[in-house]
Amino acid sequence: MYVAVKGGERAIDNAHAWLAQERRGDTSVPELSVAQIREQMTLAVNRVMAEGSLYDPDLASLAIKQARGDIIEAIFLIRAYRTTLPRFGGSEPIDTGDMQCDRRVSATFKDAPGGQILGPTFDYTHRLLDFKLAADGEAGDVTLAEPQTAAMPHIMSFLGRENLIQPEHAGQAVPDDLTRTPLELPASRALRLQSLTRGDEGFLLGMAYSTQRGYARNHAFVAELRIGAVAVEMDIPELGFAIEIGEITVTECETVNQFQGSKTQPPQFTRGYGLVFGMTERKAISMALVDRALRWEELGEDNLGAPAQDEEFVLYHCDNIQATGFLEHIKLPHYVDFQSELELIRKLRREVQSNMCKEAAE
Amino acid sequence: MSDYNFAYLDEQTKRMIRRAILKGLAIPGYQVPFASREMPMPYGWGTGGVQVSAAVLTPEDTFKVIDQGADDTTNAVSIRRFFQKTAGIAVTEATSQASVIQTRHRIPEEELSADQILVYQVPIPEPLRFLEPSEVETRKMHALEEYGLMHVKLYEDISQHGDIATAYAYPVKVEGRYVMDPSPIPKFDNPKLEMAGIQLFGAGREQRIYAIPPYTQVVSLDFDDYPFHPSKADHACDLCGATDSYLDELIVDDAGGRMFMCSDTDYCTTRRKQGHIGAQGVPYHEDAA
Amino acid sequence: MQAQLLEGGFVDYSVEASHAFRAVMTAMARPGEIVQVLGALPPAPMSVAAGVVVLTLCDQETPIYLANRHDTPQMRDWITFHTGAPFAAPQDAMFALGAWDALPLSDFGIGSAEYPDRSTTLIVERDSLSNEGAILQGPGIKDQAQLSLPATQAFQNNATLFPLGVDFMFTCDDRLAALPRTTRIS
Repeated sequence: MYVAVKGGERAIDNAHAWLAQERRGDTSVPELSVAQIREQMTLAVNRVMAEGSLYDPDLASLAIKQARGDIIEAIFLIRAYRTTLPRFGGSEPIDTGDMQCDRRVSATFKDAPGGQILGPTFDYTHRLLDFKLAADGEAGDVTLAEPQTAAMPHIMSFLGRENLIQPEHAGQAVPDDLTRTPLELPASRALRLQSLTRGDEGFLLGMAYSTQRGYARNHAFVAELRIGAVAVEMDIPELGFAIEIGEITVTECETVNQFQGSKTQPPQFTRGYGLVFGMTERKAISMALVDRALRWEELGEDNLGAPAQDEEFVLYHCDNIQATGFLEHIKLPHYVDFQSELELIRKLRREVQSNMCKEAAE
Repeated sequence: MSDYNFAYLDEQTKRMIRRAILKGLAIPGYQVPFASREMPMPYGWGTGGVQVSAAVLTPEDTFKVIDQGADDTTNAVSIRRFFQKTAGIAVTEATSQASVIQTRHRIPEEELSADQILVYQVPIPEPLRFLEPSEVETRKMHALEEYGLMHVKLYEDISQHGDIATAYAYPVKVEGRYVMDPSPIPKFDNPKLEMAGIQLFGAGREQRIYAIPPYTQVVSLDFDDYPFHPSKADHACDLCGATDSYLDELIVDDAGGRMFMCSDTDYCTTRRKQGHIGAQGVPYHEDAA
Repeated sequence: MQAQLLEGGFVDYSVEASHAFRAVMTAMARPGEIVQVLGALPPAPMSVAAGVVVLTLCDQETPIYLANRHDTPQMRDWITFHTGAPFAAPQDAMFALGAWDALPLSDFGIGSAEYPDRSTTLIVERDSLSNEGAILQGPGIKDQAQLSLPATQAFQNNATLFPLGVDFMFTCDDRLAALPRTTRIS
């Protein structure tokens, strides 16, 4: 006698209740506020905004809290929320040349107008656990310099003046939107860049690293990495001109890569480009390297069969929300398909075994 | 009801999906690209089916969700709840009472009628994907009706195993043109793909929608000397005694003892209510499940 | 004028559009079946049914072509106000709307071998619509169906293009039928 297993509804309710309790942890420890996450877990918040494709530090912080610090889960929450938002219009392209830079470094020129600004970087910290921080996290006083007001032109523009860097052609006036049209291959560079900027940081890092190690190596120098606030402007049809609707922080990386040329065409450097929401420089540099690797065809290079050159491979696999969903779906019941395989393998085994018996008997 | 729009999706998204569904019906078996939206459930967990259902449902519909044939599996429960919450629609476990049925991996045993719609959740819509990983290449193959690769694969199965070694997601040819993945249903279900109802397939992560209109020719690929055979476990259901239904296999004791029961829980329950009792079954009682 | 323009759309969009789509889907899935659709009151000469189709399926992403008599300022204003759909030449149109003799089939996109779905859907306004005349067979049809078509040869030619080709909706007052490219006509 057998009574069928039921209770999916109750199991789900109980799991959710338990999850909420686990998220809160030990109640004798004060609860984390969204503001604390926003102010003190900024780089996690930035990653969630970048890969969630939604610039909202408060919502990203809430998502991190709700996701118990699981960044991909937090990105997922933001993406799902983003989908429900009405679309009022598109902004004007941001002008990163007008950026209020918190950080600006060039690996190609020792100095340039605007200078090098190290900014708040981990770069030269010794990675020694700071046990003092366990007890006291106050930062101490810092002396603030006057805000930089001098223009800070893109380093690339200096190469451009000498025609040393390949110029980028203007794209469509309104590029396709990855989130509104199905991805079609080959993709325009605009779509590729959209895909990369919301792609998984770890995936892009691995891809970029593989190009450095020789899988479609293209000798990248960071011509410029700049991080700072830029104005977002939107054209208001009723007014007839664009007004500033806000300010966002972005990280931009331009790499200068191996030059091209021939007997008839003077050699020129080529470029890789990365632009990411927030202070996200590992991601922006990775993006620039992968962007450059994907441009092999347009720049007349050989397809070396390297993973980072394979547009379909990179674009179809860089989205961590797609990847994690499909990966984790194998936890779902597959009784039916497994059962069909079970029947098949039993049948095939029976056939082989009976053949072996026959042969043995002969 | 809720703060969300009827059936969650905004109207522009629904229109885009609706247009894709109509083109899918006009070109049976062809995968129509659509700009799949990010849903509040993970990709791979039915986001394609959910988007298609959301575009198709009306407030008067009665909705049924099955996963592996069962209404009570956790993901079926989760999707059913989602639509109860966002569309406020009636739900049912009875196949015959549902106007829209969303399914993962099964076609109900009970024959569907002309006014029913079956929505499939599809993980990998491309039947050629496991033979050719590139989308650019497989799209070309469909365009040229170049399906030799699929036949070679099936034939290699036969030469290696003496039989076609595909037991689920068994490829079909629709209306003599497109080779189509019927989603990972067991091949036992393939003959039911020719039905009176409308069948819609949604693959969210892969951004594809396809369809089979009613009474459309759907042929499981095979060879003259190795004809297609819709097999199932050679048992009767131990709960209701059915011999014509697809069965789940359960391991019931430490010694590896097994029993079989209908994967379609509504079919099994209905039979038990009618007084059918299998080898290990008991008379049906409402509260004992 | 302005008041007229604002009128005639769906009052409760998500619900009315859901009903309308189910009717349109039924028509496309069952060629020859005539369905009733409600909720739109477009300016003349557009039928209620054509208005419902436009409200249900068209928006900023769907270029639409208005043929001859249907290309009036009132129609354009109404469509723009209620859907935002841009107007386009026949070859760029996702939808085309007009009388049969104003819609020469060779003008419209039939899709490409790789993307046969990128073809125009023609909304053909009819003075009458009934289940008599041409015999239809193919996907969606059990045995056979009948529908009063404005022509025979043109639809047969379109069907030979399969999987390419255009798809049709026939509208008359508040009634609608559809004919996808898969239907064989005799």
